[in-house]
Amino acid sequence: MTNPQIEIQLIASLVAVACAIPGVFLVLRKMALISDAISHAILPGIVIGFFITQDLNSPLLILLAAITGVITVVLVETIQKTNLVKEDTAIGLVFPALFSIGVILIAKNANDVHLDVDAVLLGELAFAPFDRLLVSGVDLGPKSLWVMGTVLLITLVLLFLFFKELKVSTFDTGLSSAMGFSPLVLHYGLMSVSSVTVVGAFDAVGAILVVALMIAPAATSYLLTSDLKKMLGLSICFGVFAAIAGYWLAHWLDASISGSMTTVLGLIFLLVYLFAPSKGLLAVLYRQKQQRKEVSLITFLLHLNNHSEEEERHINHLNEHINWKKLRSKGVLDFATKNNMIRIENDVVSLTEKGEEFTNLAIEYILTNKDEHIEHIKDDFFLFRG
Amino acid sequence: MDETKLAISVDDLTVAYDYKPVLWDIDLAVPEGVLMAIVGPNGAGKSTLIKAILGIIKPIAGSVAIYGKPYEKQRKLVAYVPQKGSVDWDFPTTAIDVVMMGTYGSLGWIKRPGQKEKKASLEALEKVGMLSFKNRQISQLSGGQQQRVFLARALVQNASIYFMDEPFQGVDATTEIAIINILKELRKAGKTVVVVHHDLQTVPEYFDWVTFLNVKKIATGPVKEIFNDDNLTKTYGINYKVAVNK
Repeated sequence: MTNPQIEIQLIASLVAVACAIPGVFLVLRKMALISDAISHAILPGIVIGFFITQDLNSPLLILLAAITGVITVVLVETIQKTNLVKEDTAIGLVFPALFSIGVILIAKNANDVHLDVDAVLLGELAFAPFDRLLVSGVDLGPKSLWVMGTVLLITLVLLFLFFKELKVSTFDTGLSSAMGFSPLVLHYGLMSVSSVTVVGAFDAVGAILVVALMIAPAATSYLLTSDLKKMLGLSICFGVFAAIAGYWLAHWLDASISGSMTTVLGLIFLLVYLFAPSKGLLAVLYRQKQQRKEVSLITFLLHLNNHSEEEERHINHLNEHINWKKLRSKGVLDFATKNNMIRIENDVVSLTEKGEEFTNLAIEYILTNKDEHIEHIKDDFFLFRG
Repeated sequence: MDETKLAISVDDLTVAYDYKPVLWDIDLAVPEGVLMAIVGPNGAGKSTLIKAILGIIKPIAGSVAIYGKPYEKQRKLVAYVPQKGSVDWDFPTTAIDVVMMGTYGSLGWIKRPGQKEKKASLEALEKVGMLSFKNRQISQLSGGQQQRVFLARALVQNASIYFMDEPFQGVDATTEIAIINILKELRKAGKTVVVVHHDLQTVPEYFDWVTFLNVKKIATGPVKEIFNDDNLTKTYGINYKVAVNK
C-alpha cells in the first residue's frame, strides 16, 4: 500500500466512526430523517464559509455550517409546533429550501473555484491526501485527517461524559426531565454534534452518503444486540469495515470510494436484516411459523380434552370437527405424536398423561393470561418445537 | 391541616395546550404519608397534573412546592414512574439497566453509576420479584413485568414522594396486588405516594386519600369522607353509583 492509500483508508475510517456514534442515537430517537435534512441544509453554511475562508477544512467554515445544521432543526421544529404540517412534511420543506439557497450561491459566485454541486453531493475521498496541513513547512498529513480526527475526538469525549444522560433522555424523556437532565439541552447537544460531524464528513463523502454512514451502521447493529454499548461498538465496527472494504472495492472497480463504502454498508445491512439470529427476517418468519403450529397444537389438544366421546376423536373425522384442512390436521397430529402428547388406538386419538398435564397448564395460561409463563410450559413439555 | 406536614402543595396551577386549558386553577394540598389516587375521566388532566408538578410541562400560571420549596430544589426527594406506554420498550437495554436509571438523578451530571448503585438496583429488582429477569432484554418482558421494572426503578430512587402514572394499566392481577402491596409498604414507611388511577372499584381498597379531577379540582381529601356518589357524579358528569362499600 502506498502512503496516500493508507491515508485515505484512515480518513474514511475516522469519518465512519464519527458518523456511527451520533447515528446510533438518531436511530433510537427515530430521527434518522433529521440527519438527511442536516446534511443537505448545511450547504449554504458551507458556501458562505468557503467565500470567507477559501478553505473547505477551515474550523470557521465547519462552525458556520454546523450552525446552519442546528438552524435546520430549529426551523423544522418551529414549523411542526404550529401543528399546521406534520414533522416529515416540515423536514421536506426546510432542507430543500436551504439546500437550494446553497446551490444558487455556488452557481452565482463560485464558478471558478473548487466547489461544485457534484463535489457537494458526492464528495471525493481520493483527493483528500492532496490537501496537506503544513506547519512552518513541516508536512503533518492531510488536512481532512486532522479535521475528522478532531471531530471524532470531541464526539468521543462528549459520548464518554454524557453517555448516561443521553441514554436516559433517549429512553425516557419524562424521567430524564424530572431528574433534571434537560431533554432539550441533550437534544440540541446531539443535533450540534451531528451537524459538526456531517460538515466534517461532507468534504470526504458528500451530502447524500453521509446519511448512509450515520444510519446504516446503527440500523444494522440494532438488529443484532439488545445492549446500547454493544450497539455503539458494533456500529463503529461496521463503519470501519465498510470504510476499508469500500476503499478496496472502489480500487478494484475503479469507482467512487464513498459510493463503494455505502454499497458495502447496504450489503451488510441486507445480510443482517435477513439472517440476524433473533431479529432477522428469517428468524422472525420461522418463529411465526413455529408459534402458529404450537397454537394449532394447543387448539387440537383442547378439543381432545373437551370431548370424551369417541366419534369426536376419530382420526378420519378430526379435520371436520375442528374445521382444518387435511394437511394441517396431519401436521398437527404428527407434531403431537412426536411430543408424546397423544396416542392413537383403533384410529381414535386420546391424550396421554403428559398431554393432559400440558393441556391443563395451557388452559390455566389462557385463562390467567400470564404470557410470561407459556414459554416455560413449552420448554418443559416439548421434545420438538413446531 | 396546619399540624400535618404538607408533602405537595399546588397553588392556582393552570396548564394549557394551544391556549386550551387542560388544568384550570388547581389548588391541592397533599399531606405527608398518604397513598393518594387521582381519578377523573379521560382527558381530565391527571397525567398533566403530575407532569406539571414535576416541571416536565411548564404551567402558564401558578406554583408548586415540594415540602415548601420549588421542585427544582427537591428533585432528589421525588421519584416518578411515567405511563408504561410513554417509552419505547424495544430500546436496547436490560431490566437491571432500566432500574439503574433510577440512580442517575442522585448522581447528577457526568458521574457514572458504580457498585453501590448496582447493588441498590439488584435489591429493588428483588423487592418486585424480578431478580431472575435482571439480564432480560426489556422487550422480552410481559406488560406486568415491565411495570414491575418501572416500580423497581422508582424504589431505587429512595425518594420521599412517589408519583406513578397508571401503574396498573395492562398488568395481570398478581402484579397489581404485588404493586399495591409495595405502595402500601411505602406509605407505612412514611412516604407519600400519588397514583393516577382508573379503576374506581378499587379506590377504597387501595387508597386512603383521593383527588377528583376534571380540568378543575372537584374534591380532595380522605377516601372515607369524600369518595361518594356526589363527587363521582360531579367528576364524571353522569349519575354515578359506586357498587362497592355502599
